[in-house]
Amino acid sequence: MFYGVELSSRLLLGTARYPSPKVLADAIQASGAEVVTVSLRREAGPEGSGARGGQSFWSIIRALGVRVLPNTAGCHSVKEAVTTAHMAREMFDTPWIKLEVIRDDETLQPDVFGLVEAARVLSEEGFEVFPYTTEDLAVADRLVEAGCKVLMPWGAPIGSARGLNNVYGLKALRAHFPDIPLVVDAGLGVPSHAAAAMELGYDAVLLNTAVAEAGDPVAMAKAFAMAINAGRMAFAAKPLEPRDMAVPSTPVLGKAALGD
Amino acid sequence: MSSGAKVTVVGAGVAGLTTALELSLRGLAVEVIERGHAVGAGCSRLAGGMLAPWCERAATDEAVMRLGVPSIDWWLRHFPGTVRNGSLVVAPARDTAELTRFAERTEAYEWRDEAGIAALEPDLAGRFRRALFFPREGHLDPRRALPAIAEALAKRGVAIRFGVDAPDGDLVIDCRGLAARDAMSDLRGVRGEMAMIRSREVSLARPVRLLHPRIPLYIVPRGDGVFMVGATSIENETPGGVSVRSAVELLNAAYTLHPAFGEAEILELGADLRPAFPDNLPAVRRGLNGLLVNGLYRHGFLLAPAMARQAADLVERDHADLRQRRSA
Repeated sequence: MFYGVELSSRLLLGTARYPSPKVLADAIQASGAEVVTVSLRREAGPEGSGARGGQSFWSIIRALGVRVLPNTAGCHSVKEAVTTAHMAREMFDTPWIKLEVIRDDETLQPDVFGLVEAARVLSEEGFEVFPYTTEDLAVADRLVEAGCKVLMPWGAPIGSARGLNNVYGLKALRAHFPDIPLVVDAGLGVPSHAAAAMELGYDAVLLNTAVAEAGDPVAMAKAFAMAINAGRMAFAAKPLEPRDMAVPSTPVLGKAALGD
Repeated sequence: MSSGAKVTVVGAGVAGLTTALELSLRGLAVEVIERGHAVGAGCSRLAGGMLAPWCERAATDEAVMRLGVPSIDWWLRHFPGTVRNGSLVVAPARDTAELTRFAERTEAYEWRDEAGIAALEPDLAGRFRRALFFPREGHLDPRRALPAIAEALAKRGVAIRFGVDAPDGDLVIDCRGLAARDAMSDLRGVRGEMAMIRSREVSLARPVRLLHPRIPLYIVPRGDGVFMVGATSIENETPGGVSVRSAVELLNAAYTLHPAFGEAEILELGADLRPAFPDNLPAVRRGLNGLLVNGLYRHGFLLAPAMARQAADLVERDHADLRQRRSA
């Protein structure tokens, strides 16, 4: 549940880098995703023009009836991110904003200081902020203080396909914020990564490149959706903790004594 | 319509001119009308002119390769300036994984090592460790190719009437590109931006693609030290000039390929909207009084000959049906 909105799918899908809008639309449908992220800075009209630049592109997406989560991808400062969020609210008529404030273009690592500040400004203005952050607990705490009711820690750098880089950190975050919806956002490569995130008790997964740039994005979208369901089901079924020693699954007592 | 009826092609971009030539070669009476005052003045002017079906296959539908491969011969036959020198794909040292991935998704290439790259492109010696070479690919200069096709049409008695946009023929083939949105609601514009630069220090014999996880770009030699650097692809239908960010990305790609491009002169920065259908593949469709050829997207020169053939096949079939019905 994100800001009071109940969703049945635990997969959020990004809309960039697909071979075509048709493939994107098919992938969204195959995945069952109910929320898609939209990058505003490049796919929209020029800054401040209010022009609906990619109107045809978005009409294809809108026709699918999914909820749009606009993002501030590519923003490097609080001011840019806040301005982009304002544009997003106007264009998509939603208080939701996926907040990205990027520090470094090589790693696309979040600038957590700018992130917290922008989250505070936007929350005060009534936005419902989905911050793209690291797994750092103190930052997460500051974001919650700033008004965020969802946290989106990275699995690994955006587009890197490395999976969950810091499982311990992600687990700690889950343990610290049992009541805040947590979404692993970015860095996943294959469905097993998504299943692993869900097995940690994460509420959802946000993907883009892993699906968009797969050889068959539609099949990959479906594979991720299945893995997310499997992971969630496994989490709910209370998995075993790892042990150091073997535990035989067949009872050893009462074994038939063969030979002499 | 009678079998001798004139076919009117609307639009003198790459789609219109290739279609007109294909129809004329099949013995049909054709004329071209163009609302502007020159051939190829729309987004054809900003095209890269790469005839690279195998490279394109790495990131697009199989149809692009299938339809594109025969186009190389089509251009070689009809535009003598067409060059079949292959194309080269390189990646910066830390992104060489992108090369492997690119190779996995396509065919008809050879791996080249440093020496192999230097043998093909001496100016790139020592700059990249590995490359993919696609020996059967070609390229052309769109700004020379379309006037040459217009000239070939003129020789065949096919007129191009400029400043005219209302077709009056019996059979109309609409090749207007994005302007045909009034007839096709699923046509959209995808912004593309390019740069033309001139360098006396670097010379290349073939198009070179630079793979990069975020901004894959290419450089096409146009002769006389001129290079075309392309192209962004942005889901945005706002017209207007090249953004600073795109210009930085394009020029950076040139600089990454060879630092001497840092001293190159910027001749032109251009932006336009490519016409595309939702599947990003071109199509020949039936309209009210003829055919519509559109949606060439990023593959104008690569796929126009295939679309021209499809359109000409349909026109011929319709004429044959009509003759049969008349004689029945």
